[in-house]
Formats: sequence, C-alpha cells, structure tokens
Amino acid sequence: MAFQGTLVIDTEKCKGCGVCVETCPNKVIALSKKVNKKGYNYLEMVKEEACIGCANCAVICPDGVIEVYRAKY
Amino acid sequence: MAKELKLMKGNEAIAESAIRAGVDGYFGYPITPQSEVLEHLMIENPVEKTGMVVLQAESETASINMVYAGAACGKKVMTSSSSPGISLMQEGLSYIAGAELPAVVVNVVRGGPGLGTIQPSQADYFQTTKGGGHGDYRLITLAPASVQEMYDFVQLAFDLAFKYRNPAIILSDGMIGQVMEKVVIDDYKPRWTDEYIAKTFPWAAVGKPASRNHNIITSLELDSAKQEQININIQKKYKVCEEKEVRYEMINCEDAEYLFVAYGSSARICQKTIELARAEGIKVGLFRPITLWPFPSKQLKEAAKNVKGILSVEMNAGQMIEDVKLATECRVKAEHFGRYGGMIPDPNEILVALKKQIM
Amino acid sequence: MTREEIIKPENLVYRRTPVLTDNIMHYCPGCGHGTIHRLIAEVIEEMGIQDKTIGISPVGCSVLAYNYFDVDFVEAAHGRAPACGTAIKRLNPDKYVFTYQGDGDLAAIGTAETIHACNRGENITMIFVNNAIYGMTGGQMAPTTLLGMKTATCPYGRTVEANGYPLKITELIAQLPGTYYVTRQAVFTPAHVRKCKKAIRQAFENQNLKKGVSFVEVVSNCNSNWKMTATKANQWLEENMLPFYPLGDLKTPEK
Repeated sequence: MAFQGTLVIDTEKCKGCGVCVETCPNKVIALSKKVNKKGYNYLEMVKEEACIGCANCAVICPDGVIEVYRAKY
Repeated sequence: MAKELKLMKGNEAIAESAIRAGVDGYFGYPITPQSEVLEHLMIENPVEKTGMVVLQAESETASINMVYAGAACGKKVMTSSSSPGISLMQEGLSYIAGAELPAVVVNVVRGGPGLGTIQPSQADYFQTTKGGGHGDYRLITLAPASVQEMYDFVQLAFDLAFKYRNPAIILSDGMIGQVMEKVVIDDYKPRWTDEYIAKTFPWAAVGKPASRNHNIITSLELDSAKQEQININIQKKYKVCEEKEVRYEMINCEDAEYLFVAYGSSARICQKTIELARAEGIKVGLFRPITLWPFPSKQLKEAAKNVKGILSVEMNAGQMIEDVKLATECRVKAEHFGRYGGMIPDPNEILVALKKQIM
Repeated sequence: MTREEIIKPENLVYRRTPVLTDNIMHYCPGCGHGTIHRLIAEVIEEMGIQDKTIGISPVGCSVLAYNYFDVDFVEAAHGRAPACGTAIKRLNPDKYVFTYQGDGDLAAIGTAETIHACNRGENITMIFVNNAIYGMTGGQMAPTTLLGMKTATCPYGRTVEANGYPLKITELIAQLPGTYYVTRQAVFTPAHVRKCKKAIRQAFENQNLKKGVSFVEVVSNCNSNWKMTATKANQWLEENMLPFYPLGDLKTPEK
C-alpha cells in the first residue's frame, strides 16, 4: 500500500517564508518565481506526483495556508 | 425585614457593603489607612455567604489588573487602596477607562507626596478628578462624608460604573476610613448569575457561544482615525454623565452671605465652623459636592450668585479651588484654605480664615 | 491518481482549524507566533472548549492575538496577563483560561505577576514565547537575550558587566510548588511542532485537575530582528538558543 498526497495552498495568504520547503521529504514544494498580491513569492507544488501527504509542510506553516489530502492506492 | 443598624469603621462599611451588594470579586493589597477593607472581607469570608471572591494580590498593580480582567468578564469587581497604592493603579485605571469597563475603586487618601504620611488628606483631588493615568479619560468620583455614605456609595458607584461602562472611584480619606459611626445596612443581594451577565452585557468576555462573534476586550486601536472615534464616543458618554449624574448637598445656604465649598471630611468640619460662625452672627453656608467629577459647576454657579465670597476648604494645598473658580467664572471672590500633609483643620481656624480671607 | 481524485473530504489529513479566524496574521514571514497560535487553536478545537475558553494577550508582537483566535479575549497591560488570568479563572472557575506572553512581557516587566500567579498555583495555562528579543518595538534586548547576542540596545553584544545574565525564568518558576507542569518546547521542525502541541494539550487538560499552573515555554525565532531569513533563523535557534534553553519537561506530574 502506498499513499498519494496533494496540497491545496492558499497562495494569497502565503508569506513565502519557505520554512515548509525544507521539511518536505520528497522536494515536492518550492517558492514560486511569481508573487501574490502582497508581493510574496508564494508556495507551489513542483513535483506533485511525489507528494505522500505527510503534512509536514502544513504542520510547520506559521500562517496555516496549506491543506493536505492523502489517498491510498 | 427591618433594616439592621451596625456600628462600624468607614473601611469596614466599604467591605460589608461590597458583600451585601452582591459584588463578585475584591482584589487588593494592604496599605494604611485602609487595610481594614481587606481584613474585614477576609474575616467575613464572603465566598461562603455569596460566593464573592476575595484575593490579596502581590501589589496594587496586580490588583487593578485583576479588576480590569474581572470587569472584562462582566463581573462586579473592585479594589481599594490609599494614595501611593492608587498611584500604582493608574496604569490599570487608564486601561479600564480605555476598554470602557465598569469597576469600582476606593481611595482612602493619605498625605503625600511620595510615601508622605498615613494621616488623612485630600491631596489626590487632581489625580482623581482629572483622570490620573495617561490619555483622555475621567473617573466618576464620589466623595463620602460619613460612614453611612461609605456604605451607600459602594452600590451607587457600581450602578454608575455599569451605566457608563467607566471606572467609578470613592474618594475618601483616612478620617472617614477610620472613624466609627452607626450604619444602616441592607440584606444580602444575590450576585448576578452567569446567564444574566451573558444576556445583559453582550460585550463581556465570558466564552464565545456559536451564536455570536468573539468578544474582544482591549484599549488598543492602531488606526488613529478609529482611535479618535473611540475617544469621541467616550467624550459623548462623559457629556451625558455631566448632565445627569451631578450630586451635591447644600446646608444653611438659604440666607447665606458667605459659602464654604468643601467635600468629605472637610465638609464635616465646616459644619461645625458654621455653628461657630452663626453664633457670632456670620451667615455662612456649605456647598458640598458629592460627585467631584462630574463637578456640580452649574449648581455652584447658581448658589454663588447671592453670596459675597467663597472659601474652598480642602485638606490640600489648593486643588478643588480651581474648579470652584471655573464654575463661578471668578464673578465672586473665591479663596482656598487648606491644611495638608496629614493635618486636619480645626473649625476655629477655618472661621479665622473666613474672616481674614473673605470678609 | 489525479488531483481531483485525491481532493475529497474523506482524504483530508490537515486543514486550518476554524478556531482561528480568517484574518491574515500581522507576524513577519516565518515567525513562530503563527505556528504557536495554530497549535493552541487546534487544541481548543480538539477539546471542544471554544465556548468555554478565555484568552489573554500581552503587549508585544502578540498583542493582536485576539484578532486571530475565534474565542473571547482580553488584552492585558504590559506584563499583567497572569494577574488578569488569576482574576478571570477565580471568577469563572469552569472556564479554560490561558495567557499568551512574550519574553519581555513575562520575564521583565511582568516578572512579579508571573511569579506570584505561579506561586499561588492558579489553575491556568501559561504560554511563554521566548525569542530572546523585543520584536514589536524593533529588536531591543530582552531578559532572555543570549550573552554576546547583538540587539538594538546592546549593539555590540550583550555582556554580563553591562546587562547581567539571560534569565531562565522557566527554570525559576519550575521550582515553585504552585506550578504543576512546566515544559520547554520549540516549533522549528515538524517533529517539534507535533511535540509542542501535545504539551499544550496537556497544559489545557491540566486545568480540569485544579492543581496549579501549567506552563509551556516555546523557544521561538525572530528572523526580522535577528536579521536572518526564516530558515536561517531556525538553524540559528537550534545552534544557539537550544544549548542555553534546552528542550524538555522541567516538571511533570509524575516526577
């Protein structure tokens, strides 16, 4: 059994601090080169297929902008 | 039940009244000459009678902040202290006024400045009636002149504090606090229930039910336009208070050619001076402000129309005299006579002052 | 599996707790306050005590905490939160009462209130966020600033001669019989966050026992005033703060 995960990121509330990026075991996430309305380089998924839904990123996020889903397959 | 009569100290009357008025909490710190308030509360142990919480705090600063937080929950809470302790409470008083919370504070004034003395004084008039702490605010100030009034003004102060959501202060002094007189006391009133508080004070921080937004008790507003509006609303409230809540007493004023203006202990002493003066044929009366803020300005102006002069008798170096002059617009001669640093004026020396300064 | 197939209610493993409001927090990017707020809010949600909780915010960066928690809140004067918590809990013994304070508020201006609330054994939860600096006022020295650490008011580094020693107030209050549970946690890695949440949950549950103060220090960062990126600040925290402020329980009911 394995897990496939994915994230719903509230990019407008993301402040681009990047502390989540380092917690990802599979380097799924990175800060975008684009900015949100506040001017922050928001978080995006760059390797979505590698996400296992561990929620490390959401657990460390100071602004609670990450929602995590995980399905078994 | 017939009203009960009890012989008690002014400070004890404050404590007894608090228990019987259904006060929820008292937080205080010992200081002479008002320690009997806390002592009497501890002896009576009201938690067993009414559920009232009494706590000796680590300082006056902590006491007033306990009062702030208790008031934030819609509870009837109070503290008492004497001058140096009240100075420490100015931070909390400003926050209570800023957050528009009801609370009662008793100041049994002693002579200052600094550590000063433990004897009676009225030197905290400015501090009390002009605000005391930082920012534009006022304290509703009641000045008792008897032990009965010490008792009665606790309930009155809570009524006014809740009506205007503003701290009310009972400005007493070491004489009224320590003297023993007979007092008519009431039956025990039950404390407000939590349901009553939640229903009656929708602003109170009592725990957020799903049916309403969360309540925030704060005096902070970083947007200065909004902060100005908060100030404007507070000032409007004060205008209403000035219109409706002035209290005063006039004694022997019907035929008076001269007027004493005095509050609290000084007013008691002036009544003796009036006897002495009238025995000599000097027609003098007493105008006693009971609310020092709001000050009975209109009423004093009216009373001053028919007199030749006013002597403001105070146990300080001249504080209320400024409000007397403002009220009478300096249309009549008004002078100050005072003893201070804990000294109490003698009725005879007040009469001498009247003759020398006013007649 | 497609993204659409995964994003279904039954597959949800983490979402922002509704005990936090929708307001965007004013904290700097990467600041630990946001994480700590979220943990408290999650504990309140999981315990089902939103309607019974009264929070007390301090003066300092977290002065506006009341905007972010969807619970009734009282904003205290600087350092006075433990006095406020004392009164609220004594007048409302059935409510859950927590204070939230920074190092300047709890360990400098409010030291007396902190120690006496702890010593009286008030049945409240105290959350203490220690980032060794005054954040809101612009990075001045805190009672917990490390020796040698540079701040706006010790620009050449804190020295014993000029400024005395960093104050380990948590060790100090752990000595008091009025404290029931005293612990030091951090939130700079997911593992630490998960552990910290357990500690906060414990600290809230302890209020039911009425055995005294439950005190949770959270060693946190201040990347803006430490003048580092958020990730660098977390690394600096691990290398510099934790040797002086070691993590773990200082007092547990069992010991």
